[in-house]
Amino acid sequence: MTDVVRAEWTKLRTSPATVWAVLAVAVGTAALSALAVTTVRCPCAGDPMTLTLVGVQLGQAVAAVFAAGVIGGEYATGMIGVTFAATPRRPAVLAAKALLVSGLVGGAGAVGVVAAWAAGHAALDTGFAARPVFGSVLYLVLVALLGLGAATLTRSSAAAIGLVLALLYVAPIVIGTVGDPDWKRHLRQWGPADAGLAIQASTGLDSLPIQPWAGLGVLGLWAGAALLAGAVSVSRRDT
Amino acid sequence: MIRAEWTKLRTVRGWVAALAGGLLLIVAFSVAPGAGGTCDETCRLPTGPEGQEVTDAFRFVHRTLTGDGSITARVTSFTGERDAGPGRSEPGLVPWAKAGLIVKDGVRPGSSYAAVMLTGAHGVRMQHDYVHDVAGPTGPRTPRWLRLSRDGDTITAAVSDDGNRWRTVGTATPDLPSTVEVGLFVTSPQHAEVSTKVFGLSGASGGPSTATATFDHVGFEGTTAAGWRTQQIGGPSATSAVAGTDGAEEPRPGPPQPASRSSARDGVFTLTGNGDVAPAVSGANGLGFSVTRTLAGTFVGLVPLVVVGAMLVTAEYRRGLLAVTLAATPRRGRVLAAKAVVIGGVAAVLGVAGAALAVPLGTAVMRGNGLYVNAAPTSTVVRMVLGTGLLLALCAVFALAVGTVVRRGAVALTAVLGLTVLPYLLAMSVLPARVGDWVLAVTPAAAFAAQQSAVEYSFVDNLYVPSAGYFPLPPIGGLAVLLAWTVVAFTAALVLLGRRDVR
Repeated sequence: MTDVVRAEWTKLRTSPATVWAVLAVAVGTAALSALAVTTVRCPCAGDPMTLTLVGVQLGQAVAAVFAAGVIGGEYATGMIGVTFAATPRRPAVLAAKALLVSGLVGGAGAVGVVAAWAAGHAALDTGFAARPVFGSVLYLVLVALLGLGAATLTRSSAAAIGLVLALLYVAPIVIGTVGDPDWKRHLRQWGPADAGLAIQASTGLDSLPIQPWAGLGVLGLWAGAALLAGAVSVSRRDT
Repeated sequence: MIRAEWTKLRTVRGWVAALAGGLLLIVAFSVAPGAGGTCDETCRLPTGPEGQEVTDAFRFVHRTLTGDGSITARVTSFTGERDAGPGRSEPGLVPWAKAGLIVKDGVRPGSSYAAVMLTGAHGVRMQHDYVHDVAGPTGPRTPRWLRLSRDGDTITAAVSDDGNRWRTVGTATPDLPSTVEVGLFVTSPQHAEVSTKVFGLSGASGGPSTATATFDHVGFEGTTAAGWRTQQIGGPSATSAVAGTDGAEEPRPGPPQPASRSSARDGVFTLTGNGDVAPAVSGANGLGFSVTRTLAGTFVGLVPLVVVGAMLVTAEYRRGLLAVTLAATPRRGRVLAAKAVVIGGVAAVLGVAGAALAVPLGTAVMRGNGLYVNAAPTSTVVRMVLGTGLLLALCAVFALAVGTVVRRGAVALTAVLGLTVLPYLLAMSVLPARVGDWVLAVTPAAAFAAQQSAVEYSFVDNLYVPSAGYFPLPPIGGLAVLLAWTVVAFTAALVLLGRRDVR
């Protein structure tokens, strides 16, 4: 397994896209948050923490693109055939990729989220709360894993990104238009973005459709299911 | 060359499936949001003389006037009470609380009228037939004299500070029969405000309000058949108690509703009213769902279109096919133009077809489920359907251009969806209303204004915010913003495609 991880690391390390993606996750997250918090003045009646960490909504797209490209790029160039010839235990390749993606997105996400929080704290005096801040980093990691799983399933970065962004960006909008409050609540409990972002709430937990950690768990289920489906399909299918 | 690009598009099975799926999704999501409701014929809004849905609820002390005549009164006091959070109320008039004189075609809600009134914060106004508003003098509110006179078809409104020197506010010629109801009226709409201190939907606050006005020196000239009668036109319930607003806010219980009442003593009339005489609006102060909701699937259908738009060029880069394409057609700009025509045309057709199916189907399903759907004029529906086609076409060409610039499908896709869907999502969820307005005016997401069905009136208080279905730009303006983004991206793509090597 160490060899597989080392091989994957070499591929990632030498790809210029990796550096750009890691930078973009951190900068995108911090920049959108810094912009957003300049638009309001507190004391605020809403939850300043969700606005402070809004940059995650941009960072997640970059994280998903990066993760999808890690395997989608290999399918695009045919490299995947070489990879699987070298490592016939295909799920191990996927696991190594997941490990490295988690580490890179986790590191970049931590820098971006902490910078976002610092900007928010300076502007809105939000104070520090561990769950929203560290939870947002975990959220970014889980979104990246969802992207990796989706790209393994679809064997195409673009199709995977279409699916993931539909889940992350479009689903909340469509759920918002659902008329029936019960249905809306249930959908918010099971939508990956709506449930996962519950981790950012610092106040008013009673009015949330799902509790913070449970919500992040739902996103974890989505990511896990995508990776599992990817692992199964990659073992059965031709490259 | 267009045929060549069309062949490429139509022979990739996955793309055709994605495009067909996009169309299906637009239609499918129009029928999905149909939740249950209990609306039947009784919770229908009245229709005004010019075809708009209107709110017509007020306290009315009136007598019948046949032929020409006039009514004069002095308003000596005008006070109000409004909702100040759950279970509490505070004194204060809402800006568009109204007290004054009205001449109306009978007492049926929605009938033609002309009125002169004091308002909470907008001075003296003359309004008629719900959608016409003329400003009169501002200044101290009470006491003030008002007069409304009828001469043939013409109604003239006048105002005076002392009852001697009169100033005309305006004239109107509503379509009134020879026998009309003339009298005093008081009403007070839902109050609504957007706080800049709060984010997103929670930034909206509002609730019911009431107004009370005292009139004296009531003078009446003309032929009448009966004395003064007091009546509630419409019901307070018509504006405040029916569930189902278009925003995400649930209707909030307000303070106990004081029953509308009136008393007359020694020629002094005191009226308390709640409601409005105005065009109906969607959102916080409105009732029912707007037709725009049936187009929620556009966001879902947009994704596969943008995917195909970007891949139409990035897939050629990836497989090296672009070198063949450009060898066959060395004029590279034409290749890109042909691709744009093909994907733009396909997207436009899918958008128009999807919306043309989604609007009637979705409306029928929502109505069938007992939800109240605001009526939209045919011209608005046509504009929404054509606008959806243009919106999707521009987004697909935008994706094609960005794909040519960045040469990676996934990156292009993220950039396009991040610029179109993400700003909309943020404006609907976390951003303060003012910032949301700004974001929806400068990003490509502005083009979703083409799907707005609600109408904004300067003389009706409402939360005119994106989450209630009101975009900061008009439909054409919104599409123009997306067009500008597309033109910039397309120009960059042309330049880069001309300069760069194909691999």
